[in-house]
Amino acid sequence: MSKRFLAAALLFSVSIAPALAAKTSLVIGMPIEPPGLDPTIAAPVAIREVTWANLYEGLVRIDRDGRVQPLLAKSWDISPDGLTYTFRLQPGVKFHDGTAFDSADVKFAFDRARAPTSTNAQKQIFAPIDTIETPDPLTVVIKLKEPSGNFLYYLGWGDAVVVAPETAENNKANPVGTGPFKFKSWTRGDKVELVRNADYWQKDKTKLESVTFRFISDPQAQVAALRAGDVDAFPNLGAPELFTEFKKDARFKAVVGNTEGEIVAGMNNAKKPFDDVRVRRALMHAIDRMALVEGAYSGYGQPIGGFFSPNHPAFVDLTRVVPYDPAKAKALLAEAGYGKGLSITIKVPQMAYASRSAELLSAMLAEVGVEMKIIPTEFPAKWIEEVFKAKDYDVTIVAHAEPLDIDIFARDNYYFNYKNDKFKALIADIAKTTDEKMRFAKYGEAQKILAEDVPALFLFQLPKLGVWNAKLKGLWENSPIPSNDVTDASWSD
Amino acid sequence: MGRRVPRACGYVRIIFSIMLRLILTRLASLIATLIVVSLAIFLILEVLPGDPAAIMLGTAAREDTLAALRQELGLDQPALVRYLQWIGGLLHGDLGTSITYKMPVSTLVGERLNVTLPLSLLAIVISTLLALPLGVAAAARRDGPVDRAVLVFSQLGVAVPNFWIGLLFILFFSTRLGWFPAGGFPGWSAGLWPAFQALLLPAVALALPQAAVLTRVTRSATLDVIGADFVRTARAKGVDRAATLRRHVVPNALIPVTTILGLQLSFFFGGAILVENVFNLPGLGRLAYQALNQRDLVVIKDIVLIFSGLVIVVNFLVDIGYAILDPRLRSRS
Repeated sequence: MSKRFLAAALLFSVSIAPALAAKTSLVIGMPIEPPGLDPTIAAPVAIREVTWANLYEGLVRIDRDGRVQPLLAKSWDISPDGLTYTFRLQPGVKFHDGTAFDSADVKFAFDRARAPTSTNAQKQIFAPIDTIETPDPLTVVIKLKEPSGNFLYYLGWGDAVVVAPETAENNKANPVGTGPFKFKSWTRGDKVELVRNADYWQKDKTKLESVTFRFISDPQAQVAALRAGDVDAFPNLGAPELFTEFKKDARFKAVVGNTEGEIVAGMNNAKKPFDDVRVRRALMHAIDRMALVEGAYSGYGQPIGGFFSPNHPAFVDLTRVVPYDPAKAKALLAEAGYGKGLSITIKVPQMAYASRSAELLSAMLAEVGVEMKIIPTEFPAKWIEEVFKAKDYDVTIVAHAEPLDIDIFARDNYYFNYKNDKFKALIADIAKTTDEKMRFAKYGEAQKILAEDVPALFLFQLPKLGVWNAKLKGLWENSPIPSNDVTDASWSD
Repeated sequence: MGRRVPRACGYVRIIFSIMLRLILTRLASLIATLIVVSLAIFLILEVLPGDPAAIMLGTAAREDTLAALRQELGLDQPALVRYLQWIGGLLHGDLGTSITYKMPVSTLVGERLNVTLPLSLLAIVISTLLALPLGVAAAARRDGPVDRAVLVFSQLGVAVPNFWIGLLFILFFSTRLGWFPAGGFPGWSAGLWPAFQALLLPAVALALPQAAVLTRVTRSATLDVIGADFVRTARAKGVDRAATLRRHVVPNALIPVTTILGLQLSFFFGGAILVENVFNLPGLGRLAYQALNQRDLVVIKDIVLIFSGLVIVVNFLVDIGYAILDPRLRSRS
């Protein structure tokens, strides 16, 4: 008996020992492992969630409120015509390999991103650039071909971080940046380890000595890892139904924030019957978004009436424009010639939010005489082929995770097949509007056009369900940009 | 004495030449199978929807960017050229470079085998150690209490999937009792015990359903042999029960058991995909799953070929194993 007790005690002490020492180390759990660690050559969010602001830095950064702040550029001037940006760089900045950071690195990084051979997923950020000049090591002058209202904001994205010519080629497996943490190791399939950058240019900015990102895809395993103390924080818990338990547990902080992801049921606007705005509005009227959020995401998502993040200052709440009104839905369908019923299909990716939402949508539409058949598809591979490229679909459902992406409704050949010249002209106008107040007002107009024209069924904002150890401070509650910025994270005693 | 030695030598030589011929013919069919399998894998991946470049660059990427990446990855080459490049590389021991991880597949696979091989072996050992004694014990006293208990165990084991057992184990042993980590693998560098500790629960979860099958096979194979004439003869000659079981019954019952064990090896590798995901183990199964999701075609091709190769090689070994276990097979071939 005592032997067994000893063995149990030994096992127990082995499993809690690391937790006691974890005052300057942090283990963050993520559902998906990043494919590579270079955000300038690939799109996946997981890459940014490990590297952005931790390993790599850009000229500017986005802060936790979604605003642009200086980073490697300590200040800048914009010419009155909005075409010339003069950046003054931080002196004394070094890359993790010890080489100095200067204006030539900025020019290299941006030239690489806009070159013909570039594989930058957001190459359009750099499209307005005409020339990049480096009059001295601490000054960069960027001239644009045309004004770009959001140019500075985009430079805060992971796609625009500054990389060095000596190391850029290997960043995918061995990242070298200027950030507060250095890359230590990557155990594929398990974890990425970062350690404090002792030469970081903002002295004493970070309190952590090491940060480990662990990749755990199974929601039950995520919860188990948090409970067992193997993971200190899950900034984005996969399963909303398991989140509620943590709200009751004093050992954890459970925070509901917003992501930039709008969950929308996109429609094929070029195809009958979705080319008829009455049908699109009828479908929108048939959906009870509150009930949808309750059923599909345990009540944790903000219903939306347009395509804009509630995190953004230009956000307008448009949920009342086409409200839940089944009678109106039926009337509109009858008016459009579908009084006797309508049969459509929805292609649904495997993500839990998508399949649950699709089932509820299907039930809600059945109430107004629309039979919507669910066809499962695989995201990303099959969905990109079938829906995104071939546009072989009626309705589909995905979360659009990129910040400030309302312009997708103005893109030619985008999967919605949506054509609205007025909206397109407005988006082009916004791109050239450098005055922030005016730009935001125009964003409001653009949101209203979409809310009334319903090119997609606007459902709800994907929440960020964060769970972390109650003693941990400084993590972001919202994610105005895909990231797990741990610069300000620390442990309280 | 002097006459016996050459006769024994001649006998050994004949057996040896028969065995050699058997091994060579089996080896030739093994190679032919591998070639067919490689072609099948390549063709299936050709028709599988999904463009690795589009997955990598997302939905905002421009057409020129996608084209640049496809060219960088060599996806713009004709299919035949890509197949021959793959096979040519394999013959030189080059498995290619992973599209997502941008590192040699051989390194990736090597790292992952460090988890999957010990996991599978541990599961096989657990499953065999459970199944053989249970099956023989159940058969020895048919319809006795042991037999009844074994039947219940094997019914349950066959019905319950391994990943679900895994989840229950995590909830009980890791979350409730804190005896084991809730998943993940510390690496062999962390020491033998922590690594073993991380593998034990998944190995048991992987082993139980297979042990259930193996127990049933062992039980029925043993029962078949117990009913045979030569066993009755042995008993009639006065050999006691335990000795009959040990010397006459079990060795004969092992033949069908070996067949099932050989077949089960592929289940252990396949089952590893689910169990590794539940326990978050960085093994070959999870790599395969991720690679498929990301359409990392280079990695998928290699892993499927490795899995198939393992199954083919194991079957080859089982064939040879028969010949050793069962002298009749040697003369037949």
